[in-house]
Amino acid sequence: MSALTDILHLLLTANLWQATLAAAVLLLLPALGGTISERSGVVNIAMEGMMLTGAFFGVVADLAWHNPWLATGVAMLAGALMATIHAVVSIQFRADQIVSGIAINIAAVGLTVFLLNRIYGLQDVGHVGASNLLPNINVPGFDQIPFFGKVLFQQNVIVYVALVLLVLTHLVLFRTRLGLRIRAVGEHPQAADTAGINVFAIRYGAVITSGLLSGLSGAFLAIGISNTFVPNMTDGRGYIALAAMIFGKWTPFGAFVACLIFGLGQAIYDNNSIIHVSQYLLSMLPYVLTLIVLAGLVGRSTPPAADGLPYVPGSE
Amino acid sequence: MNDQSLAVEMRGVTKQFPGVLANNKVDLGVRRGEIHALVGENGAGKSTLMNILYGLVHADSGEVLINGKAAHIAGPRDAIGLGIGMVHQHFMLIPVFSVGENIMLGREPVTGPGFYDHARARTAITELTRRYGLALDPDARMGDLPVGLQQRAEIVKVLYRGADILILDEPTGVLTPQESKELFGVLRDLVKSGKTIIFISHKLKEVLEISDRITVMRRGKVVGHLITKDTNEEAIATLMVGRAVLLRVDKAPAKPGGVALEVENLTANSDQSVPALKGASFVLHYGEILGIAGVEGNGQSELMEVLAGTRRATGGQVLLAGRDITTMDANTERDAGVAFIPEDRRGTGLVLSFSIAENSILGRERTPTFSWRHFVLNLIAIRNWALKLVKEFDIRTPSIDVAVRNLSGGNQQKVIVAREIGSNPKVLLAAQPTRGVDIGAIEFIHRQIVRERDNGAAVLLVSAELDEVRSLSDRIAVMYEGRIVSIEPPDTPEERLGLLMTGGGAREGAA
Repeated sequence: MSALTDILHLLLTANLWQATLAAAVLLLLPALGGTISERSGVVNIAMEGMMLTGAFFGVVADLAWHNPWLATGVAMLAGALMATIHAVVSIQFRADQIVSGIAINIAAVGLTVFLLNRIYGLQDVGHVGASNLLPNINVPGFDQIPFFGKVLFQQNVIVYVALVLLVLTHLVLFRTRLGLRIRAVGEHPQAADTAGINVFAIRYGAVITSGLLSGLSGAFLAIGISNTFVPNMTDGRGYIALAAMIFGKWTPFGAFVACLIFGLGQAIYDNNSIIHVSQYLLSMLPYVLTLIVLAGLVGRSTPPAADGLPYVPGSE
Repeated sequence: MNDQSLAVEMRGVTKQFPGVLANNKVDLGVRRGEIHALVGENGAGKSTLMNILYGLVHADSGEVLINGKAAHIAGPRDAIGLGIGMVHQHFMLIPVFSVGENIMLGREPVTGPGFYDHARARTAITELTRRYGLALDPDARMGDLPVGLQQRAEIVKVLYRGADILILDEPTGVLTPQESKELFGVLRDLVKSGKTIIFISHKLKEVLEISDRITVMRRGKVVGHLITKDTNEEAIATLMVGRAVLLRVDKAPAKPGGVALEVENLTANSDQSVPALKGASFVLHYGEILGIAGVEGNGQSELMEVLAGTRRATGGQVLLAGRDITTMDANTERDAGVAFIPEDRRGTGLVLSFSIAENSILGRERTPTFSWRHFVLNLIAIRNWALKLVKEFDIRTPSIDVAVRNLSGGNQQKVIVAREIGSNPKVLLAAQPTRGVDIGAIEFIHRQIVRERDNGAAVLLVSAELDEVRSLSDRIAVMYEGRIVSIEPPDTPEERLGLLMTGGGAREGAA
């Protein structure tokens, strides 16, 4: 009984919703990446690894150059590099895309811890100074609106960027020629090829974009929300982003809604001190919701028809 | 030297795939403004040759001339640029896209920073469909259209890319007789407006009806250039197969015995859970072949599956020699003597990754012949059985351990036919027994089915090929909208059957 009233109380605070949006954005970026990749027909479960790699190299770059923007660029490149491995393995060599994704996720954990010890000695990374973090920006005029000002206009710069990317991804996928081609390649690569579309180029582009977005999310995590790197700091967020992508039926806004739900769970979890629900139960929430979606209880979620199928030119 | 009247000329084209010489010094000349048929059995190299022309496959040697000029075609984009368009056997259409998006794909009109321009797409399509008289709704979802209209969209797609030379790969394989007629009308109109058409087919009747000239291929080589009006079905078939082929089924009159199957008011739902079988009734005797004629999707598939025990009936009754088998599952039905050649060879009929030997006992693996107490397989018995079938049914394979995936379609089908007929059934259910099978294999399978009949089995045949139904059956049951609307003699004119199949001219008191 008391747990319920505690949560209801919490739901009325702007702080909670501010935290929800930030947590949602952390998931939204890789979820958008995954959506783009899978819309082109390449299954991508490697967002976790790409995010983690991005987070690590973001911190390394920021500590070295004291410039969060440059560091964010490095983080995105690192994510893109991991994505390129996935692309080569699954597009060029037609390997199983799930296996490739798992391999990247596991390799990312090992790689970051190894380099951590190599560069900084025993896990003592050091902290990024406050002036070198990705800044919070209060939008003048709007940030003073009661309740909504705090939720929407007192956020980290990456939150605004992500919301722009959300709209942009939607427009590109569903309103542009490029988007039509990406979706064509993901639905029926033979049809796209015979129409003169370069299937491999589209797929490479899509997978690498997913790496850029995941890397950006890694930077947000390490030098926006946090100020250091700790081993395995992504803590399954890449997988939750994957769940959000499926929950959102491979659409950007669908994924965003899912991210908000999962983000709310995260925000409640983080404010656990004032409520009395087991944090372990709460941390299960995204996965339980995903299972419910996969079981088809909230309407069928159908992936692109050629998702996960390598393209062999000239085959039927 | 270059012949200016040729739209397409291919000289000495050779293509080696691992293990097969798909094209061996192939020469092809297609005149501007003609319908040129390219015929040959499966695996003769027709599709490879056309894929080379369309840039999907690259030849090892040889040259291609388009309108008399040497052409280098590295990919479909080059082919499109040269005015070549291809309508593939398996449609290159995206079911979840609109008709308009499918047609525009690859050459989409855009506004501003790359936004897809719906209005201009619609205008372009409307203009094309009007010019060639091919009505199509650009906003319809492709997957919702019947096959005939999907093919029309494919043709419009090719025309939109400015093709002057159209390649159609087995275009009638998926069409009803009516749709095929419409297609031929469209093709004639296209030729009148100056297009050149290459028509790939193995249906000789159609080839004779629609083409001006014919190139015949066998095992990667061109074996004949023919002028359509100077040739006939037998001559082409002989060239295709390399020996004289019997196109008519040679059979004695049936000697029907007692009643084998009695189907009463049978109803069943389709996969989409809507009624597909709506009260079908008929009687099948031992020693006869009852052919079911009908446009695909009128309940034939569901009927066969209910009879074979792989689909549940929602009502009605099936009696096998007086015994109620309506609710029996597939296994019990097999034990009762019902054999089933399913229409989906690769999906239902075979386990593709299993060997010929393993496939040859599917469904009978628990019988005492092939197992010890339903439990341990008797491998020696299975091998001997498979060897016997391979020999008896002329299955072309290096060994019985080959995965059936690696066999040609005709040989895959022979494995199924051998397994089902080999079980000495009382009732043989044959659904599309020769779909996608070569002429030579068709002839063989037909003979096996007739032999079963002569041995006293009751045969129920479903086929989308009206010719097959007419030549094999002793009686023809016409099916329309889930019911048997009429029983006709085998010499019923095609026109009458066509009318009945589409719901016209039914007699009262069917069955």
